[in-house]
Amino acid sequence: MTLSLEASAVTVAYPNGHTALRDASFQLRSGTIAALVGVNGSGKSTLFKTLMGFVKPVSGSIRIAGGTVEQARKLKLVAYVPQTEEVDWTFPVSVWDVVMMGRYGHMNFLRIANAEDKRMVNESLARVGMTEFKDRQIGELSGGQKKRVFLARALAQNGQIILLDEPFTGVDVTTEEAIITLLRSLRDEGRIILVSTHNLGSVPEFCDHVVLVNRTVLASGPLEDVFTEDNLNRAFGGVLRQFHFESSTIQDHDGKTVKLLTDDERPLVFGKDGHLEYKDRTERQELVNKRIEEVGE
Amino acid sequence: MNWLAPLQYPFMVEALLVSALVGTVCAVFSCYLILKGWSLMGDAISHAVLPGIVIAYMLGLPLAVGAFAAGLLCALSVGWIKSSTRIKEDTVMGIVFTGMFALGLVLFTKVQTDAHLNHILFGNILGIEREDMIQTLIASAATLIIILLKRKDLMLFCFDVAHARAIGLNTALLHYLLLALLSSTIVASMQAVGIILVVAMLVTPGCTARLLTDRFDRMLLIATASSVLACCLGVYASFFLNAATGACIVLAQAAMFAGAMLWKNMRSPRAQAGT
Amino acid sequence: MTNLLTPFEYDYMLKAILVSGLIGGVCAFLSCFITLKGWSLMGDALSHAVVPGVSLAWLLGLPFSLGAFVAGILAAVTMGWIKKKSGLREDAVIGVVFTSWFALGLLLLSLYPSNLNLKTIIFGNILAISDPDILQVLIISGISILVLAVKWRDLLLYCFDEAHARALGIDTRFLHFLLLALLSATAVAALQTVGACLVVAMLVTPGATAYLLTDCFGKMLIIATLTGAACGVIGAYASYFINGSTGGCIVVLQTLVFLAALVFAPKHGLLATRRLRRLATRTA
Repeated sequence: MTLSLEASAVTVAYPNGHTALRDASFQLRSGTIAALVGVNGSGKSTLFKTLMGFVKPVSGSIRIAGGTVEQARKLKLVAYVPQTEEVDWTFPVSVWDVVMMGRYGHMNFLRIANAEDKRMVNESLARVGMTEFKDRQIGELSGGQKKRVFLARALAQNGQIILLDEPFTGVDVTTEEAIITLLRSLRDEGRIILVSTHNLGSVPEFCDHVVLVNRTVLASGPLEDVFTEDNLNRAFGGVLRQFHFESSTIQDHDGKTVKLLTDDERPLVFGKDGHLEYKDRTERQELVNKRIEEVGE
Repeated sequence: MNWLAPLQYPFMVEALLVSALVGTVCAVFSCYLILKGWSLMGDAISHAVLPGIVIAYMLGLPLAVGAFAAGLLCALSVGWIKSSTRIKEDTVMGIVFTGMFALGLVLFTKVQTDAHLNHILFGNILGIEREDMIQTLIASAATLIIILLKRKDLMLFCFDVAHARAIGLNTALLHYLLLALLSSTIVASMQAVGIILVVAMLVTPGCTARLLTDRFDRMLLIATASSVLACCLGVYASFFLNAATGACIVLAQAAMFAGAMLWKNMRSPRAQAGT
Repeated sequence: MTNLLTPFEYDYMLKAILVSGLIGGVCAFLSCFITLKGWSLMGDALSHAVVPGVSLAWLLGLPFSLGAFVAGILAAVTMGWIKKKSGLREDAVIGVVFTSWFALGLLLLSLYPSNLNLKTIIFGNILAISDPDILQVLIISGISILVLAVKWRDLLLYCFDEAHARALGIDTRFLHFLLLALLSATAVAALQTVGACLVVAMLVTPGATAYLLTDCFGKMLIIATLTGAACGVIGAYASYFINGSTGGCIVVLQTLVFLAALVFAPKHGLLATRRLRRLATRTA
């Protein structure tokens, strides 16, 4: 079984007559972190629901690891990390309980945990660094910790395709980096990670693949090819704020053509040769330091 | 006054036992219901069973069967109308259950039954008949066993449907299972407190327990304990006060809730201020 | 033909028909706000919670609508307080409070048997409505209509976007209380016609029916009020021939009208959306 995710000509219409996605196609291969980028209402969450089998496309098909969505569900291939707002944080469950929920699909009829289940839960908690919080009620955690618990649940489920819905909202920078590091290691194990986000600035930093949606898939492919100013303008229309900078505010080495695109979070900065983000923060920090030195000279 | 006097009457002993059993089933179910946010659904289904009872009487079927079918019909039509229009769920429930209740009422006034309307509406646990008691026992036992067997799946379903689906659980089945269990719980408690006050049995114990703990398993235990205690107290009190039994049980439940509120507020004034 | 006119020959039928129509119209007007605000459960809860007020008022020899109104407001205040203090879900808190209130009412009724018939409270008895009760209903309806006519724009804004209303400097807590008070008042009036269990139908169904038929709030108010009043009149009239519960007839009729709108509404009905969906599939 080779892992892959394939949507071809998927159209989704809701019973009230609203067509949320039309003719959407894209492909992801094993070992990919893909960003699903689009405005609110562009069909991101519909696409997630379709991948999980919540809504059935009226036409087109989705193949997961060569099988149907239903088959993938039986194999527990797809794991879902919900948006923070979707979870009822007052629910009376502990961190341990939530991560154990990842194992339910693997358990017997009565859902009694065996040694293997407990080992997986412990291992997953350790991997996201939440072991010491395992007896807390979930509402008592910080924003970043909440995210990590649900990531641990996806790990305990042993999901090969992990869907994350807006993972960086309400998360501090340290946790964001911890999550990104974890996602990279998951990618290196050959999993497919699909991150729905409107936080454009962080996309070039950790994604290697981009799927742009606006009621359909506008473009899909490697970051360098797809994450361009033109495509983003198409995906976001007039929604993005654009700032054109006076030449005096820009250093010479950027070719004096800088454009800043942002919706409401981290800005995405385009220079002459594409976006001015760096594959990781250390590299960026080095560059910033270098520039400061240059200016100093 | 002799405090043991009620226990000398067989009908009081029976009433205490039946109400304790019904209290247990309702309490266990209430934990799921309040966490799922289905309190109104409990209210709706409990009213909607009325036409089922009348029609079952007309056809000569056991009343419990008719009630169960009508309860399910209410739940299914609410789901269907909600998914196919833009009307909010609570509004749809309000429309469907009142429509069904009104239909039941009109049918009831047209058909002369020997089922006392008052007994259906407000319960008649002190005068419960052998046949009704057996129906109550069967419905309670079956409901309780199914809930306890599937308690983890149902908990996950209440907490996070998307995840339940992703790990291969049949969420549609769980949804209907929960609705069917709700209907059967209501049928079971009909004799004890009547269809109008059932919703109290289905909401209050869970709320009481939720105030006292933030772990699900403990919540089940506390809810059951408080509900059984309240049921017995209520039946007992109604004997001495010579008052409506269902009302006494519900007020005892409310007293438990008030006690839990008080305890919580006295214990953690700082935590309250912090939130 | 004369047969169809017989109900009008009886004084009590004429009164019942007119009062039902009036109450149906007032409740329907309010129902537009209730359905948009998502307060159906609140309507159900308050209509049950007024019962202890009715029995206490009878014991103390006060007008029943005063007692009912006070009980309704007290219940609403208790709900707000418990919700704030406990952090439980709103629907659960409402469930706990209204059932306790209602049980208290039943307890009082069973402890102090009165000429207040339990069945009258639960199912209403418009055919036997007394003249002082009609006067109470008229006063309640008059005040409710007046308040709604003056404040409906504020209330609409409050239901639609509470935060915005607050930003505009409108006292939203006052509006919240006003809506609760109106709800209690109309619940008290409707108690006479259809009884505690079915009041919520009067407070929800016409609004939902109108919501299916139009997208414009002004039209929604008109459609709902007309439907509510018509159902009240026709339901009470029909109950004479069916010889069934008047409240039951009115609510069944309202439900039937709703079902008709559900299927046939030009834009939001089942037939219309099915057509849209088929269209979407075909063009895909």
